Amino acid sequence: MCLGIPGKVVEIFDENGTIMGNIDYAGTISKACLAYVPEISIGEYTVVHAGFAISVINEEEAMKTYEVWEEFIQAAASEGVDVYGNPLPKEDKEASV
Amino acid sequence: MKYMDEFRDPAVAKEILKQIHAIVTQPWVIMEICGGQTHSIIRNGIDQLLPKKIELVHGPGCPVCVTPLEVIDRALVIASRPNVIFTSFGDMLRVPGSDKDLLMVKSEGGDVRIVYSPLEAVQIARENPDKEVVFFAVGFETTAPGNAMAIDTAHREGLSNFSELVSHVLVPPAMEALLSSPANRVQGYLAAGHVCTIMGWEEYEPIAEKYKVPIVPTGFEPVDVLEGILLVVKQLEVGEHKVENQYLRSVRRDGNHHAQKVISKIFQVKNQKWRGIGEIPVSGLGVRQEFSQYDAAKKFSVEDIQTNEPEECISGIVLQGLKKPHECPAFGTLCIPENPLGATMVSSEGACAAYYKYQRIRA
Ligand code: SF4
Repeated sequence: MCLGIPGKVVEIFDENGTIMGNIDYAGTISKACLAYVPEISIGEYTVVHAGFAISVINEEEAMKTYEVWEEFIQAAASEGVDVYGNPLPKEDKEASV
Repeated sequence: MKYMDEFRDPAVAKEILKQIHAIVTQPWVIMEICGGQTHSIIRNGIDQLLPKKIELVHGPGCPVCVTPLEVIDRALVIASRPNVIFTSFGDMLRVPGSDKDLLMVKSEGGDVRIVYSPLEAVQIARENPDKEVVFFAVGFETTAPGNAMAIDTAHREGLSNFSELVSHVLVPPAMEALLSSPANRVQGYLAAGHVCTIMGWEEYEPIAEKYKVPIVPTGFEPVDVLEGILLVVKQLEVGEHKVENQYLRSVRRDGNHHAQKVISKIFQVKNQKWRGIGEIPVSGLGVRQEFSQYDAAKKFSVEDIQTNEPEECISGIVLQGLKKPHECPAFGTLCIPENPLGATMVSSEGACAAYYKYQRIRA
């Protein structure tokens, strides 16, 4: 119930008087209620939880965080191993969809 | 940017781990509140990559796991009624009640349906005016906005055949209850990112101050969790205790106002029982008196169903971070995901299920 992953708003429409949207999660489209993020526009990313969009991803903050991490990536790129010298575990994609 | 892969980058994870290793000088116990975070930690082996001095304990943040047994028993009674369509998120269907679960009610002929949003339950009510449609409204602050909106919508449309069996828990009072317990070992918290997305994080400031614990609202991707741990450890090492937001891309200080408004229109704060833990003051939400016609517990007179929990399951102790799942004598023997004794083995967000799935049998 709790793994709200971000998706991109691809369509906004009205259903029974409520603002709804179609959200694209890397190719899989599903419907969510947008009433709690009325400011959202098509192309923006949102976190959806149990059928409701609960936040608009703040692009500026995400970029800032990511820029700090970019430096880490540069620093680590040459090594590719964890702190114990083992290769880092591969991501288990299936469980997160 | 897709806000996913970037936050799962092993190179970034590695650098953050290095920083954590570099600054830790003493042992610390950190609790992650949310079951989604527990899952991410165990799946990615984060607990095993951290310095030995850092112990992660898993918190009570799985809504399925903390829904009291008697609420499940009430759901079973309502779902067995002939004229009822009982709707629920899928993960509640296998949670054991006293003698069966919702799936068994369904196989006995009950009309039990899985929905992905409470608004789908409202739609079923529109389409079936001659049936009573009940939605099983469980969860934390994260599902409360949706569950509140379903009642608000039914009220606006005059759908008198819709109601909710409500069991809503609130996170900050539970965090405070854990901190004030004499058995408490927790020295820092990763707060649940999506709970904070709804409610903001102002509420945590007095808790951080009173109990001198750093509290860091944290996201769910591996890199988020690692960065949250780094922020907590940094504070612990220099003796600080403030609220510091890791999950900046989703959490704002004052949360989501639109959602808060509808929650407080429909629900009010009340004392709440947590499965395995017991009653925690002001830690739940119930339907306001004005909307009591949408309260299924009242509508179907099941409020007097009270149940004691089975003794062999120690999930209450696990949920308080006092024991790890594999320390339960039933873990992996009497209790497995296909045949769970306790709710923490049912939900994929439950600590017992995560330990079982990823074969974590040592601390
Ligand atoms: S392993 Fe099963 S019986 Fe033991 S605490 Fe977990 S859910 Fe309860």
